[in-house]
Amino acid sequence: MRNEPVVQIESLVKRYGTKTAVDGLDLVAGAGITAVLGPNGAGKTTTIETCEGYRKPDSGTVRVLGLDPLRQADALRPRVGVMLQSGGVYSGARADEMLRHVAKLHADPLDVDALIERLGLGSCGRTTYRRLSGGQQQRLALAMAVVGRPELVFLDEPTAGLDPQARRATWDLVRDLRRDGVHAILTTHHMDEAEQLADDVAIIDAGKVIAQGSPDALCRGGAENTLRFTGRPGLDVGSLLKALPPDSAAAELTPGAYRVSGTVDPQLLATVTSWCAQHGVMPEKISVERHTLEDVFLELTGKELRG
Amino acid sequence: MSAAGTYTPKPGAAPLPRMIAAQAALETRMLLRNGEQLLLTVVIPTLLLVLFSAVDIVDTGDGEAVDFLAPGILALAVMSTAFTGQAIATGFERRYGVLKRLGASPLPRWGLMAAKTLSVLVTEVLQIVLLTVIAFALGWSPHGNPVSVLLLLVLGTAAFSGLGLLMAGTLKAEATLAAANLVFLLLLMGGGVIVPLDKFPDAVQTVLGLLPISALSDGLRDVLHHGAGMPWADLGILAVWAVLGLGAAARFFRWE
Repeated sequence: MRNEPVVQIESLVKRYGTKTAVDGLDLVAGAGITAVLGPNGAGKTTTIETCEGYRKPDSGTVRVLGLDPLRQADALRPRVGVMLQSGGVYSGARADEMLRHVAKLHADPLDVDALIERLGLGSCGRTTYRRLSGGQQQRLALAMAVVGRPELVFLDEPTAGLDPQARRATWDLVRDLRRDGVHAILTTHHMDEAEQLADDVAIIDAGKVIAQGSPDALCRGGAENTLRFTGRPGLDVGSLLKALPPDSAAAELTPGAYRVSGTVDPQLLATVTSWCAQHGVMPEKISVERHTLEDVFLELTGKELRG
Repeated sequence: MSAAGTYTPKPGAAPLPRMIAAQAALETRMLLRNGEQLLLTVVIPTLLLVLFSAVDIVDTGDGEAVDFLAPGILALAVMSTAFTGQAIATGFERRYGVLKRLGASPLPRWGLMAAKTLSVLVTEVLQIVLLTVIAFALGWSPHGNPVSVLLLLVLGTAAFSGLGLLMAGTLKAEATLAAANLVFLLLLMGGGVIVPLDKFPDAVQTVLGLLPISALSDGLRDVLHHGAGMPWADLGILAVWAVLGLGAAARFFRWE
């Protein structure tokens, strides 16, 4: 594995008219898989497309495998695989035809038949791209990104709109890439995807990286444990807090959704339910869980990740 | 799971000539598979050639109708592929992110444009072979210097490609589709393809004569029908259109 960063972004700013999409973003991605996690509109795609050489930064610097994606594009392009969020294929081309074509543009491509088999694209037969299902189109785009045996792949929302089975197949392939030493930068707004796949997670919001680290490290950063329940909106959280041990915290995250964090043990659970009983509240969906990236994100931004 | 090492990086671009050949072959296949494109590039020129040669609808002057029509139809074939077909195909490639995705492949952009040109030329050769065979069957007896004909075809292709790419790279795909078809129809009527330009009033004739389609059909007709020497005026008009069109396309073409 290399010591030089795979991707290095310093003070990146990108505006579209008056809208600032990326606002002074710093990101260093090392070996392995880096997930760029954030809600829609956070600047994920703009950031990744700047790395791919599609966008010219208004200011700041971007280096990919040590190269400038704009000025050293010819040297960089063969080493990098790109999966766009959508499209990228002739509407009249068949899946295998397009994949074979992209393979021909590379010196030592993967075995196309094996890749087709691996991603379950063999059943597409003579169907042209415009008639493929969304999931088949996604898998073809992924295959096109990896077929040239790149050192680094950029995957923009690789599992958006996939059913659970196809999603798992994509995850398996990304894990195999990692095993064989291919680096990946993937954007996602699914925290489970980031937790499952990534060595390193960069959480971005409003065009900036607001936290970065391994999924475990990010999750340990917050409270130890979490108890969640739903009830009627607008409960007196202050009164609940008084009933809880001193190291606890309680909050109504969204109307009717409550979170208690601290040392979550049977005593605390009993305290919460008896407080609910005293206040005539039926706590539904009561659950005890480990701190998740979603919590980290909520704490950092006060916003839901999906939405 | 795949065997360990299946995906071990081994990056590298294919040799440039191989990339361009593969790209040109794919683009040509896409074109030949597309029904609307075939209608435009093969069916319409063939029908016009056969119909107007067989039935005396338009007064084409002295001699066999096919001797007047064949050069015009060859000019139309060049326009249908280099301008109309290329504009529509490229417009939709841009719309569907094909140009964007290929922009991230090892094929450089100029290589993609070279492949598009190659694909246009291959298609034109197929069209010209087909139309020439049909014209001979209809009794065509061409004259003139093949070098002049080749020069006219190449400059005509350059002029129409520039205009087609300019349209595809600046307008929305749907607007390109509509405009490219409209221009095709207008130039078919007013470009000396099947209707002689001298049927129009003098003032209109002068303007129409400056259009690339008129220069191409007039130049081809001078050489093939009348056995004229190098048609410098028509070549000059085509060269100006080629410089303007390709220059504007290079300046204004947007890849996404």
